[in-house]
This record gives sequence, C-alpha cells and structure tokens, in this order.
Amino acid sequence: METIKINIDNKIVEVAKGSTILEAAKQVGIHIPTLCHLHLHDLNIENKPAGCRICVVEVAGRKNLAPACATECLEGMVINTNNIHVLNARKTVLELILSDHPTDCLICAKNGDCELQSMAQEFGIRKIHYEGEQSTYREDTSPAIIRDVDKCIMCRRCEMMCNEVQTVGVLSAVNRGFMSVVAPAFEMNLDHSECTYCGQCVAVCPTGALTEVDHTNAVIRALADPTKTVVVQTAPAVRAALGEEFGLEPGTLVTGKLAAALRRLGFNYVFDTDFAADLTIMEEGTELLDRLNRHLNGDKNVALPILTSCCPGWVNFFEHQFPEMINIPSTARSPQQMFGAIAKTYFADKIGVKREDLVVVSVMPCLAKKYECQRDEFKTNGNPDVDYSISTRELAHLIKQLNITFNELPDEDFDAPLGESTGAAVIFGTTGGVIEAAVRTAYEVQTGKKLDKVDFQELRGMEFIREATIDFDGLPIKIGIAHGLGNARKLLEEIKAGKSTYHAIEIMACPGGCIGGGGQPLHHGDSSILKARQKAIYSEDASKVIRKSHENRYIVKLYEEFLGKPCGELSHHLLHTHYFDKTVEIKVVE
Amino acid sequence: MHVLVCGGTGCHASESDKLLSNLKTIVADKGLENDVQVIATGCFGFCEKGPIVKIMPDNTFYTQVKPDDAREIIEEHLIKGRKVNRLLYVNPENKEHISDSKHMGFYKKQLRIALRNCGFIDPENIDEYIAREGYEALGKCLTEMTPQQVIELMKKSGLRGRGGGGFPTGLKWEITSKSVSDVKYVVCNADEGDPGAFMDRSILEGDPHSVIEAMAICGYCIGASNGLVYIRAEYPLAIERLKTAIKQAREYGLLGNNILGTDFNFDIELRYGAGAFVCGEETALIHSMEGKRGEPTMKPPFPSVSGYFEKPTNVNNVETFANVPVIINKGADWFSSIGSEKSKGTKVFALAGKINNVGLIEVPMGTTLREVIYEIGGGIKDGKEFKAVQTGGPSGGCLTKKHLDTPIDYDNLLASGSMMGSGGMIVMDEDDCMVSVAKFYLEFTVEESCGKCTPCRIGNKRLHEILDKLTKGNGTLEDIDRLRNLSKVIKDTALCGLGQTSPNPVLSTIDNFMEEYIEHVTDKKCRAGRCKALMQYHILSENCVGCTACARNCPVNAISGERKGVHTINQEVCIKCGACIEKCKFNAVVIK
Amino acid sequence: MAVIKLSASKIDELKDVCKSFNNDKGELINVLHKAQGIFGYLPAEVQEIIAKELKISVAQVYGVVSFYSFFTMTPKGEHPISICLGTACYVRGAEKIIEEFKRVLNISVGETTPDGKFSLACLRCVGACGLAPVVLVGDKVYGRLSADSVKEIVSEYTK
Repeated sequence: METIKINIDNKIVEVAKGSTILEAAKQVGIHIPTLCHLHLHDLNIENKPAGCRICVVEVAGRKNLAPACATECLEGMVINTNNIHVLNARKTVLELILSDHPTDCLICAKNGDCELQSMAQEFGIRKIHYEGEQSTYREDTSPAIIRDVDKCIMCRRCEMMCNEVQTVGVLSAVNRGFMSVVAPAFEMNLDHSECTYCGQCVAVCPTGALTEVDHTNAVIRALADPTKTVVVQTAPAVRAALGEEFGLEPGTLVTGKLAAALRRLGFNYVFDTDFAADLTIMEEGTELLDRLNRHLNGDKNVALPILTSCCPGWVNFFEHQFPEMINIPSTARSPQQMFGAIAKTYFADKIGVKREDLVVVSVMPCLAKKYECQRDEFKTNGNPDVDYSISTRELAHLIKQLNITFNELPDEDFDAPLGESTGAAVIFGTTGGVIEAAVRTAYEVQTGKKLDKVDFQELRGMEFIREATIDFDGLPIKIGIAHGLGNARKLLEEIKAGKSTYHAIEIMACPGGCIGGGGQPLHHGDSSILKARQKAIYSEDASKVIRKSHENRYIVKLYEEFLGKPCGELSHHLLHTHYFDKTVEIKVVE
Repeated sequence: MHVLVCGGTGCHASESDKLLSNLKTIVADKGLENDVQVIATGCFGFCEKGPIVKIMPDNTFYTQVKPDDAREIIEEHLIKGRKVNRLLYVNPENKEHISDSKHMGFYKKQLRIALRNCGFIDPENIDEYIAREGYEALGKCLTEMTPQQVIELMKKSGLRGRGGGGFPTGLKWEITSKSVSDVKYVVCNADEGDPGAFMDRSILEGDPHSVIEAMAICGYCIGASNGLVYIRAEYPLAIERLKTAIKQAREYGLLGNNILGTDFNFDIELRYGAGAFVCGEETALIHSMEGKRGEPTMKPPFPSVSGYFEKPTNVNNVETFANVPVIINKGADWFSSIGSEKSKGTKVFALAGKINNVGLIEVPMGTTLREVIYEIGGGIKDGKEFKAVQTGGPSGGCLTKKHLDTPIDYDNLLASGSMMGSGGMIVMDEDDCMVSVAKFYLEFTVEESCGKCTPCRIGNKRLHEILDKLTKGNGTLEDIDRLRNLSKVIKDTALCGLGQTSPNPVLSTIDNFMEEYIEHVTDKKCRAGRCKALMQYHILSENCVGCTACARNCPVNAISGERKGVHTINQEVCIKCGACIEKCKFNAVVIK
Repeated sequence: MAVIKLSASKIDELKDVCKSFNNDKGELINVLHKAQGIFGYLPAEVQEIIAKELKISVAQVYGVVSFYSFFTMTPKGEHPISICLGTACYVRGAEKIIEEFKRVLNISVGETTPDGKFSLACLRCVGACGLAPVVLVGDKVYGRLSADSVKEIVSEYTK
C-alpha cells in the first residue's frame, strides 16, 4: 500500500494514499465533526456530498477552508482542524443550519437521538446570530413514515439511501436554493409514491425530518382496556438490538429481559414472532420443494427461482417496480402476518376470546410492517390480523415511559404456545438467515436424511449479493441472497432476462437484513453495530437445542390440531397471500 | 458593394429584421442585386445607437436606422453616392458628423480579436468566415503541428480563461491531454448567465465558426473527438446560427471524420441550459449536460480528469475559444505582446448601465477604467456623476473613483475586491444606492443558489435579509458587522465558485461605501433616493401651481389641495410609487 | 392504480420525442425542452411518462424540472410577458416596470391572468442591455421602456 505523510494539528501522520482528511484525522484520534457525511464501512455505503460544510479544516496554502470528508490528503499537506478561523467558520455554519431549523427539540420525535442537537450541544451554541425566515413545508404522514421536512438539513443521506442503495427512487432533491428540500415527486405524500416503507431513509436521517409513525399511545390504550386481551409478538432482530437503547453494548442479546419487559408492560400473552418464522419455513419450504420438484419433473408452468416473501419492504418493491413478476415470489405471508392470522383464529378459539376482543401487537425492527398490517388482504371484516406494529425504538420508549428499569429485569421466557421457537427462526433476523432456515428443513424433507451440520457458513456474511450451491444429497441447489433493494434489483433483472440460474433467492430490503431495519435503534453511521447484531443472532441460534423449524413441537402440534398439512387448504386461506400490480397506469383520454 | 445590417439581439429588437428585408426588396426593385449584397451580420457592439448599418467598402457607419430609412440609403448613398448625413453618428463633443467608425470615440481605443468578425461577416455563410482566414488555424494544426506543439503555443500565448476564473488555457488543455481515456470531451460553456453580460451571445450570433474551429483544435490537442456546446435556451438566435454553422462545417468536411484528409475526427452536439446560473460553474454544467440537477461537486477531481460521464473533459467558454484561431494564425508572441504583464490579449466587456454608449467593447488588457468609461463609453448619462462600476456580475464587486486609473486585468480586479467574471460592466451614477445594489445581487444569488451547501443556501439568504433590513431603515450597526463576518465565512466555506464569490458585492460595497451603509442605519437616509422606506415625497409650495396633475394620478389618493392652490401629500397614505414626481411639470415634487 | 389522463396523440408525440433521443436519460433536459414545447408546460402526467420512457424515477424528473427556472408546471398565458431583471435593466428602472405590469394586469409575478391571456415572469438578461429596460412578450422584444409604455404594450394584445 502506498502511503503519504501529512501534518495534522502538528502531528505527522502516515496515511494510505487516497485517504481523506477525515480518515487521516481519525487515525490519530482527532475527531472532526460531520453532519451530512455517512460511511457504513462494512456495507460499502457512503454519502459525501460535502454539502453541510461542518467538517471544514484549514489546509495550508489554500484560499478557502476544505471539507475534511471530501478532501484527499496529498503528500506534505499541513492541516489545522481546530484553530479559531476553523472554529468560527464551523460555528457560523452550524448557526446557519439552526437558523433554518425549528427549535421544538423538547417535543421532537428525535429528542435525545438527534445528530444536529448533539452537535449544537458539543459546540456550545447559546445564541443564533443569524436568525431569519425559516423554510416551511407541509407535513406528510403515511402509514409508516412521517416527513417533517421543516427539519431537513439537506444532508442528502435519505436521497442516497433511496436512490443508490435501494434504487427505489422515491426521494429526490427538489427545488433549488433556500427552498430546496428532499421530497417525493411533485412534493406529494409518500403514500402517493412508490415508497416501499423500508425505512432506510429514517434509519439515516440525522434529525427529526424523517421519523416513524408512532403507535405507542394506541398500545397503551389497548393495554388499559379491560375488555381487550392483548398479545404481543416480537421479531427476531429486536432482541439483538433493543439493549442499545438502554446503554448496553451493541450485540448484547436481551431476549429474556425483553420477554420480562413485555410482561411488565401488561401484555396478557408474551409471544414470539420466531414461532411464526418456524411456521413460515414450513409453508415456504413446502412451496419451494413443490415448485422445485415439479420443475425437475419437467413442468414448464413452474417458474424458478422462488423468492422469499417475508420482507414487506421487498413485497412493496416488486409490486411497484416488477409487476410482471408478481407470480415468482413465494405466496407465504410474512411471519408477522402468519402470527396474526393464527393468533386471531387458532389461539383466540383456544382461550375463548372473540376476534374483535383480541388485540395483536407486534414489535418489529421494521417500518414497512406498519404498512403491511394495514393491508386489506390481512383483515377479516375490517379487523386486522395484527392491530399495531411498533418499532424496536418505540418499544424502548414504552419501557422507559412505564418506569421499567430494563437493565435490572430478570430473564424470563415467552409464553406457550406461540412463544416457542427454534434456532432456525432466530436467524430470520439477518441477511441469509431465512434461506438457511429453509435449507435446514427442505434438505431433510427432500432427502429424508438428517443433516449432520446445520450451520451453513456459505450462506452467511455481509456481502450484498451472495450465492452458494447446497448439495441436496446429489442434487445441487443453487441459492442466491441479496440484501438492500438495489441488489435485489440486480437479481430480478437477471431473472427477467432469463439469465438466472438460481433455484431459490432470499431477499431482504434493508442492508444487513432485519438487524439493519428502519425501526432499529439508530446506528448513526457505525456499521460495526450491524455486525455485532448479526453475531448476536447467530449466537442465539447456536445456543438453541432445536435448530430446525420442522422440529418445533408446537408447530407440529399446530398442524395436527388445526392446519392439517403445510400448504393445505386452511394454510392457503390463513397463511398465504397474493400480490398486486401497483404501477402507474397511463389512461388515454380523447 | 456590401450593406451590412446588424442582426444582433439588440438591433433585432429595434426592427433591424424589417430594415434588412426593406433593403433587400429595394435593392431588388432597383435591379442592383449583382452589385450590392445586403447581409445580416452579428453585433457591431454599439448597441446604444442601434440598429447599425454599415456600407462597405467606404466604411460608412449609419446609426439608429429605421426600416423606413432603407429607401434613402439606397437611393442616395448607393445610387447617387451621397452619404445620408442625418443617419451618421454625431460626435457629442463638437457635434460633427462622423462617417467612419474608426474615428468614433467608441471604437478608437478598441482592439477586436475575439470580436474580429462580428459585424463584418454574414454568420450564416461559412465562405465569408473562410475568406477571413477561417479554418486556416485548424488546417495548420492538423497538418503542420503536433498536439503538444499547439499546446505549447497556447501556453506561450498567455491566454487565460475568459469565463471568469482566468485559468491558463494552454495548461488546462495540457492536463486534459495527459488524462488517459478512450473517450474525452471538449465542452464549450455558452451558459452566459451574468445579468448584464452578453459577449458570448454576440460571438455565437456574429461569428459561430470561430468557436467551432477552436473546439476542433482543442479536440485535436487533447485527443477528443466529441464536442459539446452547453448553451442557454434563452438564446434562440445564437442556437440557430450555431446549428447552421455546424451543418455547414460538416458539409465542408471541417467537422466529422477525417477532417482535412487527416485521421482526425471531431463533431459537435448542442446541449441546452434551462435557466440556472449555477450551471456556468463547470461541474454543475457537466451534471446538467448529463440530464441532472445542476449541482456542483467537489473539485478535485477536476473535469480535465473526470468530467462528462466521468470522462476527461476540457471546458472553456465561448470568448476563450474565439481567441484561439487568431493566436494560432498570428502566433503566441503577437498575442502576448498585447495586454498587461500577467493578463495577455484583450477582454470583451458588456458596457451597460448609466453610460452614454451602451454596447459591447473589446479592449486590450490593462486599459484603464477611465478610458473605458469616458472615452469608449462616452461618459455618464445625463451629465450625472460617476459613482461606481460593477464588474464580474454577482461574483464581482464595485470599483469606484479611486480605481478609475487602475489598469483592468485579472489580478488588479481581484486586488480591488472585484473580479473579471465574464465581463459585465455596469456603470452606476449618483442615483444608485450601493446598499440596494448589494441587495440586488444577493437577491440574484439567493434565487440562483442550487441549495446544496449550507453557506450558500442559508447564508446568502441571511445576507439578503440583513440588507433588506438596512434598506428599510431597520438596521443596526451590529448588522453591518454581521454582514462582514457572515460574508467572510461564506467565502471560506461554500462549495463552489458561485457561493465562494457571492458575498463579494456585499464586501466590496461595505469597503468602498461604508458611509452609505452607516447613513442607512444612523440617519435613516438613502442618499440616492432609492430606498423607498427611507424617503418621503414632498411638494414644494413655492413651485406648486395647483394644476392637480399629481392628485389625479396618485393611485391611493394621498394628495390633496384646491385647484390653483398648493397641494400636500399625506405621508401615512403615500405608497411612494413616484407617480406624482413623474407627472409634475413644475419640479414641485421632491424626495427628501 | 394511479391514472394519468392525456390525449393519445400527444402521448405518442411525447414518446416519439423520447425515442428521438434514444430514450437516453442523459438527454432528460433536451426531452423536457421539447415536451414543454408540445404541452406549453410540464404537468405531472407528462413527467410520469418521460420517467417511464427514460427509465428513471419520476422524483428525479421532478427534481430536475423544479431545479431549472425555464421549466414550469403551470400553463403560461397566451402572451407570456417576461421582464428582464439583468443588472443593466435593473439600474435603468426595471423594478418600476414590474410594478406597473403587476398593477395593470392585476397579477403577481409567476401568475397568469384569469382569462389566460397574459402571464408574468422575470428573467435574467436577454442580452439586449443597450435597450434597457427590456420586456419580452412572447418572442418580441420591447426596449427603452418607461412605466407609461406598459399600458400601450398590454393594449396591443387585448384588441
């Protein structure tokens, strides 16, 4: 590696050629403040429009200050990051941003978790010297995401996520100058756009401009209603991240405390979406094998590859952007919806509660789930299978609001029967996990043999597109994995062009899978947090005695008592769905 | 005989097209088609006196010619050989008629290199360009010189970018030529956006082939076979002329494959701007050509390394290109003998504002402001007093009386707190309020800021707000300090050239006219009488005859008084529209 | 399913324009120029179609349309009036001309009269500084204006 020597704040540093001043400074422990810059190293995602101008530094011999995030170090460069010239400029720039920003911090959804707020605190801003007109826009509330663009600071992170990473293309910078802002086309609301509600824009927004729709009050009201029986399900990725909201190290598993907290919040039954994940494997796995075997037997009407369908952001994506392919994904509902359907039928019957009196709350790492549970096809007589979906962040707020000292809670278990799960279900929370869980079951069902080793390292990792061929006892099964919708698009284009050779593909909308979901505690650009969560998920799997979905005894019992067989008639009715063409139609009027 | 009629936009707006067709019809009627050619040319520069008609070969220069004058010109001058005296230019000093333009003050000090063909040739006829050494330079480069030799010649000539920055052109070409790539581009920046500058437009309208030839030469030097002209959609005439010229050049084998029998291929396409000043900045221009929002990006990488679709791209502006063929033909030494020490050659300025001779001028670098304003420009309009001249448009600053004898070149302008910019030169007199002028430019920048970086998006808005406060009489002395500090931070931290220079009008007016700023604050007074909020209209009882004209024309009925009695203005109702002052024939209404 | 309403012949014309630029997204601005030529403005429907043809997001198209002042999403008047606000015109009193047009037409800058006859806009320098202050009605340039000439100009088009 070629290196160069530079001088930062009178320290001589040797850095790799091509490093930015920001990277070089980090090497010697100099923290240069940044706002628009975002670099998720492990995912190779970077946003550096050099627009906020907070990170400016003085470079000897240059006329103007240079943004550290986007200025490459050159041999012999002399850099000053903290003299009065730099500090005055930075402070003035920050005051300018604040002068066009509402100061309702006390009641802002991002209060305490806002990068702009922390920066104002760090800089010791006590007065804004350049007050003036503030830009105002209409607030936009969709089923999952709230856009309060008055708080937009034009960091463009959301735009980068939406266009470059997710290739959804809903957000763009619009207008220019003082009125420029990031918005959907024609500044319409998100629910008029092709938004998938993946929430990656929310996950990276440094301020309160993009936040989730908050259902915590609805949950509190339901819990307080004596006529309602309230059950809760919690997704696999939640347990690997919730602890961060309470100051625990990223990657701390809090499964037991999570169950305990939910019980103390007053839920009548504390269940686990993992149960439904096992159920998903039974349904989706069966569908996969059915399609695979029919295909192998020469049935030309069967299309392969089969695509997973448990990610609602991904479902929204192909409904909007690949309507011609809506027959390819599995028809299996997502675990959240499978859970809701079973809870409001099988379980409601079991405890003798009417559907209308049973409230199902889900805790999800995801914002698209908020939209998913409102879809008409998941309602019976207007009553949704899942009533409220709250994010990991919202759950943390609930716990804090109800005076529960999370870190001191004992570890408790989930309730039976819908709280029982296997290691296969836990790994749904990370990219590669769903397909690994499916392989564990499909292999044994297809070959009739027991797997010696259930860990499929070849399916794990963080690379955006991964592939592996699994030997099904002589039958090579080719698996594809993509996370991030932009990468999903690449695989879809291959399928569309007839070039895809995969049998099955797992797709997760969010980079990293659900551990990096739009509803998770904010990573603020530190991608090592995602890696730690992933590690936690796999360690929970490894610690389980039962690690294959079809061995979950409560699942076996569910089929015996209620569903009959996977992909049977009742399953078809309760656990499967169909998709819609949501593209814009051009109607001709003479 | 040739009859040259100015077809530039200014004259065109004064019905020069009708004049042209009248001339043609009458020439035909008289059966003179074989002896007289009537030609529409590009801009002569003397827009103040347009439409211009020039008769060759005797160089008679007619001014302010109306369509109805066509018959007299033909019958008297062309047929009878008698000049039409009433259409000749009158020397304002001795009231004598001047027939030949080279004796006019406006032209005497000018040296036309970039504008050499404007007003001399029919821009829609390639043969006329060729007759004036056109495409000779391209031929010379392709057949007698290596690209490196041409680059050396350009470097030696000392030509610097005429778009504003003043970067050495030869050096730019050299850097792009050294970038390794299969595809490279030559881009001509014709997104002339400075309000009050129209030299690029005039060159494209008057001499489009000079730009085409230079782009091809540049392509040869840097190893590019694709040329793009990014031109404002607001310039329909220039676009048409350029299209015609490109077509003709292709027909003559001067664009396309195997130009002049060599293995050099080069062709040019047009890309249109859509009304964004920031697209004059080269990275923004490139993004705009790619079909995107015209937002600038960080340099480096420079376009010469990574530009249009990430390919090495050499961007020069129209005037820069227009200089190139002459430099090749006449040599680097000839060119570098003109101008000042560090700024070689000439510069075209659009002289406008409160000046007698508005128009397009080209003078050697190093000419003083005094020469430009008083000798070429003919002094200040209506005998008023010179106050300032604004150069460099929204990125520039004001020069004042103390700068009158400063030789104009890149470095002197920068040192005086202004800049060359693209060459707009707006003259202001005692009636112009310098706080308002700064506000005017900031309003422009606020409107044209792309919004990408904080200092430009919000900082300029705040500057404008503070200036607005001052012009309304609500400012404080601290506001002036805030203007200064904020201006400095914006210059220091903005992303692109637009933002980095946008506070210049504020800083330079504060530096040169601090007393006016202070007056606005402490005395609530605008000495130029421009700031409405700071003025009051009053009727002088000694002059008022009670004609009631003011009262009848007041849109808000603020004026009362008996017929033949002295009128008065109700200050609470008055909206300061100025209608009374315009209607009063007795100089009875005054602004205080 | 969202629905777009436009006449079939115009949609075809628009698609032909896109095709003439090889449906190349790099030609977006050229396409928008032509489209505005066909429709007089760029309604949302037109932008949707362009996005589809050039295979880019409609947000990106709108991002571009809203960036450049030449593009408009509201129909212009039959006689669009543009007042030059270049510096030369400014120092020679363009502001007064604007005020007078606003008063005579009873609309603000950026608006169209209720009868659709006139719309009012400002632009930056048409390059006719010798004639300052300058106004364009359609393509016709009016120079050396005073506030008094405004009424005359308007009446030329209201006969």
